[in-house]
Amino acid sequence: MALTTAPAPLHRAAKGPRVEPRGPRREGLAGYLFLTPWLVGLAAVTAVPMLMSLVLSFTDYDILSDWSELNWVGFANYERMFTQDPTFWHAVQVTVLFAVIATPLKLAAALGVALLLNKAIRGVGLYRSLFYLPSLLGGSVALAIVWVSMFSRDGAFNGFLALFGIAGPGWVNDPDYALGTLILLAVWQFGAPMVIFLAGLKQVPVELYEAASVDGAGALRKLRSITLPILSPVIFFNLVLETIHGFQGFTSAFVVSGGTGGPVDSTLMYTLYLYIKGFTDYEMGYASALAWVFLLAVGLLTVVLFSTGRFWVHYGDER
Amino acid sequence: MKAFVRTVVILALLGIILYPLFWVLGSSLKSQPEMLSNAGVLPEVFTPGNYPDGWSHLQTSFGRFFVNSTVVSLLVVLGNALSCLLAAFAFARLRFRGRATWFAIMVGTLLLPGHVLIVPQFIVFRQLDLVGGEFPYLPLILPHFLATEAFFVFLMVQFMRGIPRELDEAAKIDGCTTFGVFRNVILPLSRPALVTTAIFSFIWTWNDFFRQLVYVSDLPKYTVPVALRLFIDSQGQSEIGPMFAMSVLSLLPVFLFFLAFQKMLVEGINTSGLKG
Repeated sequence: MALTTAPAPLHRAAKGPRVEPRGPRREGLAGYLFLTPWLVGLAAVTAVPMLMSLVLSFTDYDILSDWSELNWVGFANYERMFTQDPTFWHAVQVTVLFAVIATPLKLAAALGVALLLNKAIRGVGLYRSLFYLPSLLGGSVALAIVWVSMFSRDGAFNGFLALFGIAGPGWVNDPDYALGTLILLAVWQFGAPMVIFLAGLKQVPVELYEAASVDGAGALRKLRSITLPILSPVIFFNLVLETIHGFQGFTSAFVVSGGTGGPVDSTLMYTLYLYIKGFTDYEMGYASALAWVFLLAVGLLTVVLFSTGRFWVHYGDER
Repeated sequence: MKAFVRTVVILALLGIILYPLFWVLGSSLKSQPEMLSNAGVLPEVFTPGNYPDGWSHLQTSFGRFFVNSTVVSLLVVLGNALSCLLAAFAFARLRFRGRATWFAIMVGTLLLPGHVLIVPQFIVFRQLDLVGGEFPYLPLILPHFLATEAFFVFLMVQFMRGIPRELDEAAKIDGCTTFGVFRNVILPLSRPALVTTAIFSFIWTWNDFFRQLVYVSDLPKYTVPVALRLFIDSQGQSEIGPMFAMSVLSLLPVFLFFLAFQKMLVEGINTSGLKG
């Protein structure tokens, strides 16, 4: 069940050239029979809605009007977004800021703790699970509520600062700090990438460290020259997932701001703006355009990540 | 680093990381004036009354919301387990034209941000007259009976690839049909993957806010996350205790799952190497 075994078959299946399997005809029929629910889901829940939202993004559709009254507006939604909607740009800014800060911090915490746990110590299995616990709880409304309360003016965090004579602001109500508390909540959930790092660390051959020790390498040198290069595919994997994940933060932003993105739009994550446009203002056409821009941006970002990956991700078979 | 120092560092970090959880548990038992004066974990005056207060704080009892959330979560578990198992069996074991292409598409949907589809999906479900009404949860549940959670399909495919093919062959020689192989070989041996799927399905649905916020608008039909949010909206000082109490209760099922299955959850993340 090791991590490195996981991507291999995926690689094989996704890449050509390969001979299409030609089993007995009955098996081909059975294949599609078993696949039917998934195929229906792909069409009805993913493909059709995707196309629909593309179509809607060129209309001024609101949920109240009838399908027959679809009003074409051409590229007006996109034009409005890029030229007349400062809030859109603001949401982009907040989201990018969030992802750019939260993702590296989260991965650094995950890697650091994974390195700490990657030793035979008593109770390491339990520690690993406990560090993972925030990843299970952190996305919930309840935890966002806890966060808001901890970082309010009278919250526990200021109570802690008061011990040192510091009077902290109401962090979640201050436009300068509100996003910071959300970033902290995201970083707090570093357990999931940590578990993946730990599995990756188990794959590093011990002989390499022994050889490096013989050559007189210190701990830092070993980390830089052995651990990080060998771990780079796992780092890359976590980076892609967490970045995409980071762009989709919704719950905590919604709870912290009471659904508005405040104070002064400082927590207006892109998905929250999309929600407000679609389900508060009922501007579904505009929301669809927002969704497509988001999709293209995330797609583009993934492509960029993958192309930079060539320069620093080392796969074992290249060596 | 010596093992002892390492352990001390780990425990100190755990103390910081888990502090918010201890803090909310302790605070849910604090009296109202203490909320502002006592930033520590332990309450000075033990006030369990926050729990009954929170339970009946809204017009509808919180018990109702827990029932609603449980119904939705359990049905999603059932849907994911069934439909993803079928799809995974096809991908992992059956040979048919186009399999590689479909598989690549399935992996592609893993990275698709779900928020993109929420508007058109809402419109589709509304056209089908499934939004609102007596049982407003179908839009939350139905997609899961159609294997749309690609993560679980992927997880099960990975798992099934580890089951020796010789078992299939042996079953076929014994006269099993394709369905027989699925029913008698793959299904029983896939139990660990099924359990992992069930637990993650439950936890993610239990915690999910975005979709439930969109589809559930009638107070008696509220699920726990949507109901909790009302506390924030109307946050007067007097409601913090009950709000914490209900927050703790809402985290409890996830925590219990964690206690019971922690090893499996961590392994599950490893097998598929995704999300969390």
